Amino acid sequence: MQTRKKYIFLTFLASWLLLFFFGGDQLRRFAFFSGRKTKARRNWPHWTDRSLLKNFADPEELQRDGDPSLPSPRERRAAWLSVHKSSRCQMETCFDLSRCEKHGFKVFTYPQERDQPVSESYGKILSSIERSRYHTPNPEEACLFILGIDTLDRDHLSGQYVRNVDEKIRGFPLWNGGRNHLIFNLYSGTWPNYTGDLGFDIGQAILAKASFDTESFRPGFDVSIPLFPKDHPQRGGERGWLYRDSVPPKKKYLLVFKGKRYLTGIGSGTRNALHHIHNGKDIISLTTCKHGKDWEKHKDTRCDKDNVDYEKFDYQELLHNSTFCIVPRGRRLGSFRFLEALQAACIPVLLSDGWELPFAEVIDWGKAAVVGSERLLLQIPSAIRCIHPERVLAFQQQTQFLWDAYFSSVDKIVHTTLEIIKDRLSPHRSRSRFLWNALPGGLLVLPDFSTQLGDFPFYYLQHGSSPSKKFTAFIRAVSQAGSLSQPILRLIQAVSGSQYCAQIVVLWSCEKPPPPSGKWPQTTVPLTIIQGRRKPSDRFFPFEAIQTDAVLSLDEHSSLSTSEVDFAFVVWRSFPERIVGFPAQSHFWDAEQGRWGYTSKWTNELSIVLTAAAFYHRYYHSLFTEYLPAGLRELVDGLAACEDILMNVLVAAVTKLPPIKVTQRKQHKEEVPQQAGCRDGAAGTPPPGERSPSAPRSAPAKAKGTAGSRSFSQRQDCLNQLADWFGYMPLVSSQLRLDPVLFKDQVSVLRKKYPRLEK
Amino acid sequence: IMCASAKYNTRGPALIPRMKTKHRIYYITLFSIVLLGLIATGMFQFWPHSIESSSDWTVEKRSIHDVPVVKLPADSPIPERGDLSCRMHTCFDVYKCGFNPKNKIKVYIYSLKKYVDEYGTSVSNTISREYNELLTAISDSEFYTDDVNRACLFVPSIDVLNQNALRIKETAQALAQLSRWDRGTNHLLFNMLPGGPPDYNTALDVPRDRALLAGGGFSTWTYRQGYDVSIPVYSPLSGEVDLPERGPGPRRYFILSSQMALHPEYRLELEALQAENGESVLILDKCTNLSEGVPAVRKRCYKNQVFDYPQVLQESTFCVVLRGARLGQAVLSDVLQAGCVPVIIADSYILPFSEVLDWKRASVVIPEEKMPEMYSILQTIPQRQIEEMQRQARWFWEAYFRSMKAIALATLQIINDRIYPYAAISYEEWNDPPAVKWSSVSNPLFLPLIPPQSQGFTAIVLTYDRVESLFRVITEVSKVPSLSKLLVVWNNQNKNPPEDSLWPKIRVPLKVVRTAENKLSNRFFPYDEIETEAVLAIDDDIIMLTSDELQFGYEVWREFPDRLVGYPGRLHLWDHEMNKWKYESEWTNEVSMVLTGAAFYHKYFNYLYTYKMPGDIKNWVDAHMNCEDIAMNFLVANVTGKSVIKVTPRKKFKCPECTAIDGLSLDQTHMVERSECINKFASVFGTMPLKVVEHRADPVLYKDDFPEKLKSFPNIGSL
Repeated sequence: MQTRKKYIFLTFLASWLLLFFFGGDQLRRFAFFSGRKTKARRNWPHWTDRSLLKNFADPEELQRDGDPSLPSPRERRAAWLSVHKSSRCQMETCFDLSRCEKHGFKVFTYPQERDQPVSESYGKILSSIERSRYHTPNPEEACLFILGIDTLDRDHLSGQYVRNVDEKIRGFPLWNGGRNHLIFNLYSGTWPNYTGDLGFDIGQAILAKASFDTESFRPGFDVSIPLFPKDHPQRGGERGWLYRDSVPPKKKYLLVFKGKRYLTGIGSGTRNALHHIHNGKDIISLTTCKHGKDWEKHKDTRCDKDNVDYEKFDYQELLHNSTFCIVPRGRRLGSFRFLEALQAACIPVLLSDGWELPFAEVIDWGKAAVVGSERLLLQIPSAIRCIHPERVLAFQQQTQFLWDAYFSSVDKIVHTTLEIIKDRLSPHRSRSRFLWNALPGGLLVLPDFSTQLGDFPFYYLQHGSSPSKKFTAFIRAVSQAGSLSQPILRLIQAVSGSQYCAQIVVLWSCEKPPPPSGKWPQTTVPLTIIQGRRKPSDRFFPFEAIQTDAVLSLDEHSSLSTSEVDFAFVVWRSFPERIVGFPAQSHFWDAEQGRWGYTSKWTNELSIVLTAAAFYHRYYHSLFTEYLPAGLRELVDGLAACEDILMNVLVAAVTKLPPIKVTQRKQHKEEVPQQAGCRDGAAGTPPPGERSPSAPRSAPAKAKGTAGSRSFSQRQDCLNQLADWFGYMPLVSSQLRLDPVLFKDQVSVLRKKYPRLEK
Repeated sequence: IMCASAKYNTRGPALIPRMKTKHRIYYITLFSIVLLGLIATGMFQFWPHSIESSSDWTVEKRSIHDVPVVKLPADSPIPERGDLSCRMHTCFDVYKCGFNPKNKIKVYIYSLKKYVDEYGTSVSNTISREYNELLTAISDSEFYTDDVNRACLFVPSIDVLNQNALRIKETAQALAQLSRWDRGTNHLLFNMLPGGPPDYNTALDVPRDRALLAGGGFSTWTYRQGYDVSIPVYSPLSGEVDLPERGPGPRRYFILSSQMALHPEYRLELEALQAENGESVLILDKCTNLSEGVPAVRKRCYKNQVFDYPQVLQESTFCVVLRGARLGQAVLSDVLQAGCVPVIIADSYILPFSEVLDWKRASVVIPEEKMPEMYSILQTIPQRQIEEMQRQARWFWEAYFRSMKAIALATLQIINDRIYPYAAISYEEWNDPPAVKWSSVSNPLFLPLIPPQSQGFTAIVLTYDRVESLFRVITEVSKVPSLSKLLVVWNNQNKNPPEDSLWPKIRVPLKVVRTAENKLSNRFFPYDEIETEAVLAIDDDIIMLTSDELQFGYEVWREFPDRLVGYPGRLHLWDHEMNKWKYESEWTNEVSMVLTGAAFYHKYFNYLYTYKMPGDIKNWVDAHMNCEDIAMNFLVANVTGKSVIKVTPRKKFKCPECTAIDGLSLDQTHMVERSECINKFASVFGTMPLKVVEHRADPVLYKDDFPEKLKSFPNIGSL
């Protein structure tokens, strides 16, 4: 810069300063001050006598808000009941809570009418209920009743419309004015205005309906469900389409819509306007007029062009490649598009005013969708452009969580509906909104276990707490007759030597009674013996005796050292939601046989950690026993050596993560006498030594002969039956093992914390 | 366009022409002069403003008695009764709110008037103390606008907090003649005591057409969900009594009832509970023979015992809040203030702010029919949960009940959230007490995804001028099967990178990014060229890692995509003598950091490092040319709450020309500097986010007695 310029600049600055020193005062008063003053005048005044103002109510009047002259509360309740009988039902007024007290929350489904087949979707709903743990075949025990008549499609122009429902239900002796009934509906009303009319009197029944409008929805009583297609899977369900988390979201389009518009009638306004936001670049909004038979009659000037543009894009392609998807109302408020967008991780932008969103009683849609207003369509593009990239990422992940937790199968939709109703019965033992909206989702959180975040394995980080610093060793004894074997004695010694061990619980699963207390080794920690019922699933029963967060599950022939236990527990505290253990096995897809294969060979991967020696959270005992339906536990009890696979499958289904294997000392194989004593008792899982290091490539069956072979094929059967039951294969593989930081490093043994692991 | 804040530069650090030192001095002098000038201007703009007493013009000296009087003719119009079917999309005019970058609704307050009927008799008290506080709070808030034409929501200054204190018909007429009334569209009325004898309606009886009602004591039949707002009944004791928070824990009584005018039927039921459970149930009533001058509202009695109210509420675990003539009770506020868990027995009552507050976390709701079972129901609640509810109850009071201001702002925020749902306050922000907000972590990558292997990773090599070593690194890294792209960040502005033809020929794309300044943070920039989720940060001298080790590191990252997965591990320790943190690079049994000289991590963390690094850490690192890796470790641990994963056994990171990693780590001054970094970052973060673990990840069959050629990653740990 030249010197001259510098001087000019300096002079300019100096004069500027001078101006403000001397002349600025006037200027300031004029321009700045007067503005403030007028503004201040319009503010709410600070009254000079505000301290003299009276209270809005006399304090005593506030505290004595009672009127003893009023009729008794009981009479008043009866009075409302008659006034509001069915218009605005509440659980307190229209639902008989006492029916649920004795037997708990039990659901009865009416037998289906012979002459009236139900639709595919309703069939799935009924079978979901029958598969649920709440189903009862006995109407006497039931708290909730589900009709056998298909009420899903109540559009009387539809082929599936069932006639004379009123007459039929009045004939049911259990109907009782609809009390304690739950009615499912997907389509109500008909052309032209598609009202909420069902065409029969539901009385005091709870309505679980798709496309619910906020006006007719009775909060706390009805349930809004999503519209789902008839080929929606019964169970399992496809996973979401989000495979990667990117910031910013690297998708081709920002916002898309491709669908019909109606030209006339209800819902046409919103869809007819959608073309306004189309920009052909990152916002694609396409509509076609081709709808119904006589669309050409109503055709407008845009139709021909729109129809041509419409064909240029593929719906699936748009769904896959867009960050946001417009989900406008159709004739009714809800649409299939909603679930499609959710699965595709395409953040739904809802344009459906007055729609009571699916399960909004528990789901916080603000975290997964943009609730737009039909009237403000033109603001949508700028509004979503303003959403921060981190928020978009959070939205995307939340769509996937919600899809997977509540919507991906008919089972999940129906079970969510039931759980919402169940939660209302005992509000003090119900899930908080947080639990519904955080992984792994409300269905997998049992309020009967606890409603405290810190008691579950999933919320330590959000809750800002950590799992308890001690564990309970839980040893299952099956193979002894009256006296204690060497392995179990050694095991008790090793485990009780751990600084983290709080107690030892022995589950005695033998016909013979356990040895008297004097025969058990003296330990520094309390030792409790529980008499088991000799069923394999028994070992995952939520015993009262287990008081710590962590359970170390052991078989009596497991061989572990104290330092192995210590190290594994420290690792578990970093992964409290997973199974952390020693012997591992894996599953694979056997393409030749078209089924899942199971291997106990040495492999580079693992997906199962045997519960013969593993840490996991005690909550999984509750989940195993109470969440899984009785049928599944019976299946496991019928198959030998299946219960630990089920446990692994369950934990993987909950966490979507593989288990964790930790280092184990080299196995000095112990010949375990097979099921001595308890021959007919529960068959245990194969002992850890059964992994066949000597013959890695040979069939694992060979190592153990025929007994092992039977057990092996049973485990394979088990795996396939579980995959079938869950509707998919929940197990996830891992390629790693966790070792102590200095494991086998060339450092002095003295520096190592776990030197014994290397022997 | 309107939301610049959401955008960020994706092009990389801008190129700034290097200036000669002489010119730089000019610029600096000029800049400081300009700065001085600005400061001076600023001072003189604002100085007198603070000298002149604020009472002069920010506050008007006006008395309530001076407000204009408006006479309402007897036949002036009355609004329709409230429309029960109103919802935001049917009765609310959103066009008035419009789109605005701050996502804040604008609220206008009508000026205060005194309304009288034809005979000059006043319609109501002009304004109550509480309503004045409420309007003052709104006018001081960000929501306030003085421009009636820009307003989205209108708040009349007609006080309808207490229905008993007003004349219904005339008040309705007063509302109808407001300048922007328009059938009550976008008007918000606050009412705490609705109804009157004998039937005590649960919503304000004043006809109000489409106006929104923020009401205390709604029932499910009068509450228009998503339209009305349920608010608390303010308890004046909140302002009068200072009740310090009592730590959660067991209390002297289990259940306490403190309400005075309970219906005899309820009282009988409570007494039955007391008879059954003895002293743990305390049922108080008003005192009959208090001496003169003692306010009845501050005392409660049981037989002859006198208790101070509301202090006595702190002596009980649960406090009963029963419906009276109305559903909403002021005692709820007192109970929450005392940190007593409210047991709410009022069928069909819509709890205050239930649209956003999760009352399950702070209260127990029991149906009236189940009152006799109250004791047994409450006993099933575990102590830990009770303690959490006690804390939560107190927090609700502090945030949403304690003053008219809190009530007003929460109400406006709820309406604001409906109008701008994409900018709404989250469940956690509404419900988590500050202590939980502080200690809890919400992982931005919370979905358990195992990214597909096919995506591969992008290796980023930060280099200055060690070309030979750089080429060796490139050649080595290119052997890793999952490498999908290699990015060289050329941090040397004085020298051009070698010509294209000289670079090693590798099977994946290789890109060179040139930077504007030699900054360490360039390594962590979220370059557009990074198309994979996984990033391998590697120094230009790390040539000792085998292809198996790197591939395995990538596989481990896939299983832990929200963590730093790296090779050399480090530890932070508390130095008891010096009372500060210390950096440790020795052979320890624990790790809490991995060096980013060789580490995999998610690209998202580059975004965080560049745009969301707290405090001045980023600039500090660039200025000191050190500790960028520690900063990254802090950042990731802080945001995820998780530890790092160290992979594979320890190696000697030695090479002839190495100065970084181990070579430098031995240097004492280096260690001191690194320790300083840890202390500096811990103070900026306000906490020590690093997590110490004792494990590292190895392949499943590492060192197992198994043929090497059958292992997926045989070449691990070789030196």
